[in-house]
Amino acid sequence: MSKHTLSVLVENSPGVLARVSGLFSRRGYNIDSLAVGPTENPLISRMTIVINVEGHPLEQVVRQLDKLVNVIHIAEVIDSKSVQAELLMVKISATPKNRFDVEAVVETYEAKIVDEDATSITIEATGDTAKIADLLSALERFGIRELVQSGLIALERGSVTLSERTLSTSGIPIANGVQADYQN
Amino acid sequence: MNGATSLVKSLESAGVDVMFGIPGGAILPAYDPIFDSTIRHILVRHEQGAGHAATGYAQVTGRVGVCIATSGPGATNLVTPLADAAMDSVPLVAITGQVPSAAIGTDAFQEADIRGITMPFTKHNYLITNPDDIPRAIAEAFHIANSGRPGPVLVDIAKDALQKETNFVWPTSINLPGYHPQITPDNGAIADAAALITQSLKPVFYVGGGVIKANASRELLQLAELLGAPVVTTLMARGAFPDSHTLHLGMPGMHGTVAAVTALQKADLLITLGARFDDRVTGKLSTFATNAKIIHADIDPAEIGKNRFADVPIVGDVRETISALIPALKKALEKNRPDLTPWLRQMYSLRSTYPLGYDAPSDGSVSPQYVIERLGKIAGPDAIYVAGVGQHQMWASQFVSYEKPRTWLNSGGLGTMGYSVPAAMGAKVGAPDTTVWAIDGDGCFQMTNQELVTCALNNIPIKVAIINNESLGMVRQWQTLFYEGRYSNTNLESKRVPNFPMLAEAMGCIGLSCERPEDVDKTIEKAMSINDQPVVVDFRVFRDAMVWPMVAAGTSNDDIMVARELAPDWDSQEL
Repeated sequence: MSKHTLSVLVENSPGVLARVSGLFSRRGYNIDSLAVGPTENPLISRMTIVINVEGHPLEQVVRQLDKLVNVIHIAEVIDSKSVQAELLMVKISATPKNRFDVEAVVETYEAKIVDEDATSITIEATGDTAKIADLLSALERFGIRELVQSGLIALERGSVTLSERTLSTSGIPIANGVQADYQN
Repeated sequence: MNGATSLVKSLESAGVDVMFGIPGGAILPAYDPIFDSTIRHILVRHEQGAGHAATGYAQVTGRVGVCIATSGPGATNLVTPLADAAMDSVPLVAITGQVPSAAIGTDAFQEADIRGITMPFTKHNYLITNPDDIPRAIAEAFHIANSGRPGPVLVDIAKDALQKETNFVWPTSINLPGYHPQITPDNGAIADAAALITQSLKPVFYVGGGVIKANASRELLQLAELLGAPVVTTLMARGAFPDSHTLHLGMPGMHGTVAAVTALQKADLLITLGARFDDRVTGKLSTFATNAKIIHADIDPAEIGKNRFADVPIVGDVRETISALIPALKKALEKNRPDLTPWLRQMYSLRSTYPLGYDAPSDGSVSPQYVIERLGKIAGPDAIYVAGVGQHQMWASQFVSYEKPRTWLNSGGLGTMGYSVPAAMGAKVGAPDTTVWAIDGDGCFQMTNQELVTCALNNIPIKVAIINNESLGMVRQWQTLFYEGRYSNTNLESKRVPNFPMLAEAMGCIGLSCERPEDVDKTIEKAMSINDQPVVVDFRVFRDAMVWPMVAAGTSNDDIMVARELAPDWDSQEL
C-alpha cells in the first residue's frame, strides 16, 4: 500500500469538487480522505487529498488531475517536511467509575472534553493520523458510541507557501511545475 | 441586448461559420438572434446527428465543430457524440439551453444536469446563469476545445441568462490559471530521442491520430525518409502517411496487417507519435513489443506512461516535436547511422508474404471487401471516406488507400455505431467541393439515417454505401469464432425490410442497389455521377465474410491469425 498526500489548489468555482471526486472514481483511484476549504485567496480553494495509489503510479494520478481545467497546482506533501492534522470528535460511554481513566487518556493525548452527561463524554482531538489512531485505540476500552473525523489537512514547514510558488510559476507550463513538486 | 444576442455575437466572434442543431424550449431565446446571424445553422433531425456532424466538420477542417440543443432530452441526446469526440480528441463546442436558474434542481420540465452528466467526457464544461458570463465562457470554450489535446467543451446556459439584458464584451485575453498546455517539446528530450534512435537497429514509427490533428504529415514524411524506418498508422491515423509509400507497413492492431503488427512486436524501438497504446493496438499489454524501448511524444502528459512506460517521454505538439527531431536526428545520424537494411528486408518480406486479401464468396454473391476496394479505387484518394463501426469500418480502413490526412473519418475510441451518416454530413459541409462517401453497415445505418433528410433539404449531397450483410456483422463474426456460431440477436435479415433504396427515396435521396459483382463498378460510377442529391447505394453482400487478420481480444499480438485457424508461418520468416 502506498499512501501519498496531495495539496491541490483549485479554482473556487461550482462543481470543482464533483470534477475531482468524479475523476478519482471513474479512473479507479482510491481516496483515503479529502478535505476542502477556503484559502487566503477567495478565488482559490485548497484540497488535501490522501490517496492510496496501489496499482496506479502517483505520476499518472497527478497528470490526470492536472488535466482538469479548474485545477491550478498540485504538490505532494512529504510527511517529514510538513505539519499535518485531522480533527476527531468521539462520543464514548462513561460512568462515574471510569471518568478518571478517561480524563487521563484525554490529557495524555492533549485532547479535550467538549461535552458530557451522565452516561457519555464527547472528546475532541486534533493531530496527525498516527496520533488520532492511537487515541482511538486508547479510548476503545470505554466503548466508542459514535465518532466523526475530518480529512487530513497539511501545510509545508518553513516560510515558503504553495500559493506563492504557484503565482511565481504562473505562465510556466504546469507540467513542469508539477514534475518539480511531487515524487513517486 | 439580451444574453441570447450576446451568445450569437460570441459565436460569430469565435469565428463560427456553421452549426448543427435543433431548437427547443430552453434554448429558444437563442434561436431568435440565430435567425438573423451570418452563421449557417443546419437544422438536423436528431441531436445525436448534430453532434456527429460537428465532429465530421471538425475532423475534415481542423476547426472547432459546433452543435446546439435544448435542455433535457436535447442535451442528453448529445451525450454520445460528446463521449465520442472526447475519445477521439475532436474539438467541439456544444451549446445547450438549461431550465431557468430558479428552476435548476427542482426536476423542472426538460431539466437534466447536463454539466454533471458530461463531466467525465468533456475537456471542460460550464453552466452559465449570469448573462454577463456568456462571452467569456464561449471564448474559453473555443480556446480549450482547440488547444492542447483537442476535445469537446459544453456550455450549458440557463434560459433566464439568455433572456436577461447584458452588455456584450468579447474578452481580449483568456486567463485560465489551471490550463497551460505544453506546446514546445523539451530540448533535452529531443536530444535523448535522437540519441536513442541512432542506437536502434529495428525502429518503427508508431503513428497515431495526433499527427493528423497537429497537421504534421509533411514533417512525418521528412522524418520517416530521413531515418528510413518503417511506419505504421493506427486506425485514427490512416492518411497521416501515404499508403503508397514504400516505408508504410499499414495499420497495426486487432485487424492490422501482419507486417504492421509484427513490426511493433519485434521492434527494438517504437517512435510513438501522437498515439496512446490503446488496447486495440497493443493486444495483451504485457506481451506487447517486449523488446522495444519507447519514445513517446504526445501533447497530453497523462498519456505518457499510462499504458506503457516511456524511456523517452516528449510532451508537446507533435508537429513541433517532429520539426525539432529532424535536425537533431540529422546531426546524430551523421556520426552514427545504423544499418536498417536487414530490418526493412524482414518487414518487406512479411508485407509481401501476408498482404491484405480476401476470398471471393463461394456462392457468387458480392464480396464486401471488393465493394469497398472498388469504391476506394473509383472515388480515389481525394475523396473523404467516413465509416460507421464494425466489419465495414475495418474493411474501409484496410481496402481503401489513403494518401492524405483528413480523408478518413471514423469513430475509433468509442466505437459509435451510427457515426457515419451524420459525420459524413458534417464532413461534406466542411468540404463541400470534395466527394464524401459514407461507408456504413446496415446495422449502423438504421441508427442515424434520418440525417439524410437534413442532407437532402440542405444541399449536402453525400454518398452512402450500405455494406448490407443483413447482420450485425462484427458481432456475428465473434459469435462465429467464439460462440460456436450461435447467432444470438445479430440477424437483421428481414425480407428486405427496410427497403433501403426506397427508404432513401422517401428521404429525398437517390436510392440505388447492387447485388451482383459485375454491377459494382457501374453502380459506384452512377453514384459518382450524381452530385446534386444525396445518393444511397444498397450493396447486398456476402454474409459470412470476416475481417482478417485478427488478434482476438485479450490475446497477444504474437497470436495474430491471418485467417480462421491460420497463423502466419513464422518459421519461414527470419525474425
